[in-house]
Amino acid sequence: MTTTTTDLVPFEEATARYDTVLGIEVHVELGTRSKMFCPAPAVFGEEANTSVSPVSLGLPGALPVVNRSAVEFAIRIGLALNCQIAETCRFARKNYFYPDVPKNYQISQFDEPIAFDGWLDVELEDGSVFRVEIERAHLEEDAGKNTHVGGSTGRIHGAEYSLVDYNRAGIPLVEIVTRPIEGAGERAPEVARAYVQTLRDLFRALEVSEARMERGNVRADINVSLRPTPESPLGTRTETKNVNSFRSIERAVRFEVSRQAAVLDAGGSITQETRHFHEDTGQTTSGRVKSDADDYRYFPEPDLVPIAPSREWVEEIRASLPELPAARRRRLQGEWGFTDLEMRDVVNSGAIDILLATVEAGAAPAAARKWWMGELARTANEQGLALEELAVTPAQVAELQGLVDSGRINDKLARQVLAGVLAGEGSPEEVVVSRGLEVVSDDGPLLAAIDEALAAQPDIAEKIRGGNLGPVGAIIGAVMKATRGQADAGRVRELVLERVKG
Amino acid sequence: MSAELTRRSAAELAALLASGETSSVELTQAHLERIAEVDGEVAAFLHVDAEGALAQAAEADRRRAAGEDVRELTGVPIAVKDVVVTRGLPTTAGSKILEGWVPPYDATLVERIKAAGLPILGKTNMDEFAMGSSTEFSAFGPTRNPWDLTRIPGGSGGGSAAAVAAFEAPLAIGTDTGGSIRQPGAVTGTVGVKPTYGGISRYGLIAMASSLDQAGPVTRTVLDSALLHELVGGHDPRDATSLPEELPALAQAAREGAAGDLSGVRIGVITELDGDGYQEGVRARFHESVELLRGAGAEIVEVSCPSFDYALAAYYLIMPAEASSNLAKFDGMRFGLRVEPSEGPVTAERVMAATRGAGFGDEVKRRIILGTYALSAGYYDAYYGSAQKVRTLIQRDFAAAFDKADVLVSPTAPTTAFPLGSKLDDPLAMYLNDVATIPANLAGVPGISVPNGLAEDGLPTGFQVLAPARADDRVYRVGAALEALLEASWGGRLLDRAPDLEESK
Amino acid sequence: MPTLDRDEVARVAALARIDLSDAELDRLADELQVIVASVEKVSEVATPDVPATSHPLPLVNTMREDVPEAPLPVADVLAGAPEAEDGKFAVPQILGEDA
Repeated sequence: MTTTTTDLVPFEEATARYDTVLGIEVHVELGTRSKMFCPAPAVFGEEANTSVSPVSLGLPGALPVVNRSAVEFAIRIGLALNCQIAETCRFARKNYFYPDVPKNYQISQFDEPIAFDGWLDVELEDGSVFRVEIERAHLEEDAGKNTHVGGSTGRIHGAEYSLVDYNRAGIPLVEIVTRPIEGAGERAPEVARAYVQTLRDLFRALEVSEARMERGNVRADINVSLRPTPESPLGTRTETKNVNSFRSIERAVRFEVSRQAAVLDAGGSITQETRHFHEDTGQTTSGRVKSDADDYRYFPEPDLVPIAPSREWVEEIRASLPELPAARRRRLQGEWGFTDLEMRDVVNSGAIDILLATVEAGAAPAAARKWWMGELARTANEQGLALEELAVTPAQVAELQGLVDSGRINDKLARQVLAGVLAGEGSPEEVVVSRGLEVVSDDGPLLAAIDEALAAQPDIAEKIRGGNLGPVGAIIGAVMKATRGQADAGRVRELVLERVKG
Repeated sequence: MSAELTRRSAAELAALLASGETSSVELTQAHLERIAEVDGEVAAFLHVDAEGALAQAAEADRRRAAGEDVRELTGVPIAVKDVVVTRGLPTTAGSKILEGWVPPYDATLVERIKAAGLPILGKTNMDEFAMGSSTEFSAFGPTRNPWDLTRIPGGSGGGSAAAVAAFEAPLAIGTDTGGSIRQPGAVTGTVGVKPTYGGISRYGLIAMASSLDQAGPVTRTVLDSALLHELVGGHDPRDATSLPEELPALAQAAREGAAGDLSGVRIGVITELDGDGYQEGVRARFHESVELLRGAGAEIVEVSCPSFDYALAAYYLIMPAEASSNLAKFDGMRFGLRVEPSEGPVTAERVMAATRGAGFGDEVKRRIILGTYALSAGYYDAYYGSAQKVRTLIQRDFAAAFDKADVLVSPTAPTTAFPLGSKLDDPLAMYLNDVATIPANLAGVPGISVPNGLAEDGLPTGFQVLAPARADDRVYRVGAALEALLEASWGGRLLDRAPDLEESK
Repeated sequence: MPTLDRDEVARVAALARIDLSDAELDRLADELQVIVASVEKVSEVATPDVPATSHPLPLVNTMREDVPEAPLPVADVLAGAPEAEDGKFAVPQILGEDA
């Protein structure tokens, strides 16, 4: 079997000659206790078909009833996305046949979504802000899960089939749809990724979902189209599914831009289709063309009545919203006194929470940043771990800094203490004691070391008395060496000057 | 005694139970015997649960003896249309695609029936998925009209109506989407009620057209219907379209109406639901009934509802559209029939199509195709969307009419029971049976059909009373009044004149 | 005026996942034609100024609290299944499947 290689135009070249437009649809599974339209428990990872009711199984005669918490969560999301919350919204049936859709229709929202006309500011790595316009956010129910059984090559009659688990069927989803994302240019991949990441952080802050992409709590479908110039009409778009991580989002966008540019360069036209992203190759391939897929025959769901959230309820929800990530970042930056660059580094490393914990444990923000973004970040990198996975806690880092601040250890010694903590030798205090890393506080040994150093270089004393303070550093260095670094440099300096003078 | 028992009304049987003159077991046994005797010919039942019914009857007797939670109808047997889901009892909706399916749950109305201790005799026959006006579209053979076994018992709920008309059950549950309770009532000489939309829970009703379907009582007397309606009706949190408020006092309204005094009641005769297309005898009986009501003190006014002329057209767009979506779940994947294509690859898509092709009857296919088409891209606005506008117009006409009248009346159906097979080749002619009943479903208002005599062909006719939404008590009051006046003039019930079925064996 | 001819019936039948024989296709095309013509009537009165009514009674805001209840026992869930395996519904191979 031969595989055809797809023609690609290098990404940078493609974005130089074409204007990229994105559209992103994100589905988030809401963390309610029961399902969207029935009281079966909303579970994850349980044995198949153990959390199903007549409604979520799509049995004849069963009827849906809206879950109030799901509506509240959707309103939270809408408010956080700066949307209008509908005065009245309705559910609609989206009709299509698929074994994991028990009724062979999905209850969704069509022309009257719960939230619409919003925006989300996305902070990119370089600190610039990109505004993504949100067209709408609406509620719908999730489908069950198919597990394909049988060989993936060859179509032997009866050899392939699927097993369906309906535990997930009926779990509440909110779908968020952007307006065309224009003007991202060559930063389109980054914008796409940052947008979904920002949404993910938002969902967690709002406590509406665990929002773990790897668990499928958050799913993104990426639409990409190209056009010759920003003034040209929108080109034909493709929709790419199966994009299961943030990195995949970036890769999928890059690939599609490259692929579409090659097609257009060759004089061809883009087929409007759904494509499938492949993790292993970073490529997208054509999905099966479904001729009737677009005729969903939407009509208002007759089994449900409209939802008209009162303005009082909406304001109650608004008042109860937690501080959102962007606002929190700005506040913390102010409190901590970090520059934009410093804060951005912290954000990009995902270290805000760990810094906050360290500060709350008593360390000064600058010190917390120094340790986590310096020594510990290096260590984490070397070991291929995340900061949270290192064998040291924020409280321990604060303790460590406290030892430095009190003068019991200096910065150099602190690094050794840290190494000890990471090696599992105990708390900073314990390591200081067990390794004997305390700064020498008794002047006696210091004076002895100073005298030795001075004796070794007799003319230094002369020079210092003469007003040249440069060589003082050399004496200090010798003393530090002699004390294995366990001297307070400042105190040594004082003693040297005293000794020399007199 | 047994034969006498089966001819009593449910209220009368309830009184006998209360007084101890009979037991639920005796009653249930009597009805099971009657079913065994006549159902071979009437074919009202798809499934008879003798064992279950007798066990439920014994339990009802025990409850009564212990003084535990006894309702008026406790112990009175009942039949249930096979479109209602019953746990442990096969539920087919009259279709091959559900042949042998045993639901794992009960409809809310069944839960209420069981909680009140009414033994369920069995499931009654119906047009497949409630699509029809004659019960000829049942996949399991037609039911026959006890008045004349060569004729239809009406539809889609012909089984429940025939069971009650043939004294096989004193009570039955039906469902009405376009007249499927009322029209069978009219052609079998029984009483049938469609409640205000939302008055009785739809949870557990195999859906045909969700915005039109309602379950309702099928009985021999108006009071019996009121009692049953009160027992199964009322708010259900599992049905988002069920009315939040309590039902009005229906049995009380029926009892008051039976006194026969309608002074102060304004009765509106609907112009559009009369005239050509209505059988001579049907019209004659209708106008006689109107005069009777006038004599009882009612003020009679003419009301015109011009949009009713479009009701049939709107209904045959809305109903198939919703049904096409509701019936999508019958695909051979999770329950019911599964058929593999006879040749070619066995894929899910092809198995679905083969299953539905084999499992659905002609009328169902007709309506699914029509409904799918009406919702299709490009056709929505002209068909389904427009039909929903006609609905608005019909509601407005009703509202205007109810300004002038407390209830509206018409013949229930344009003809008496026609011969089996006579309308099968003409779907449009079949649809016209529902012309008088459909407007009420579109608007959601309640309606009752009361037997009001025999036409020139010796077959029963029905009188329909409609009331504003939530005013179900009015249909019971006026219906009971008419019933009382008629029975006084007849010296008995209309059903007394039905031929004895034993003789026709 | 769109018509429901044989090809259209076949297209709609595929959309509705119903196998129809040739004879059925012919017959349905005839019957549906008659019905469709008569229902086109509704457009006579369905003018733009008339709002659509999708529910008979104007209820709003019927919702339920987010309280989980016991699900159906698995045995009941699978009881009617034409085919089951490993506690799941076994269905034939699905074409057009997004893995």
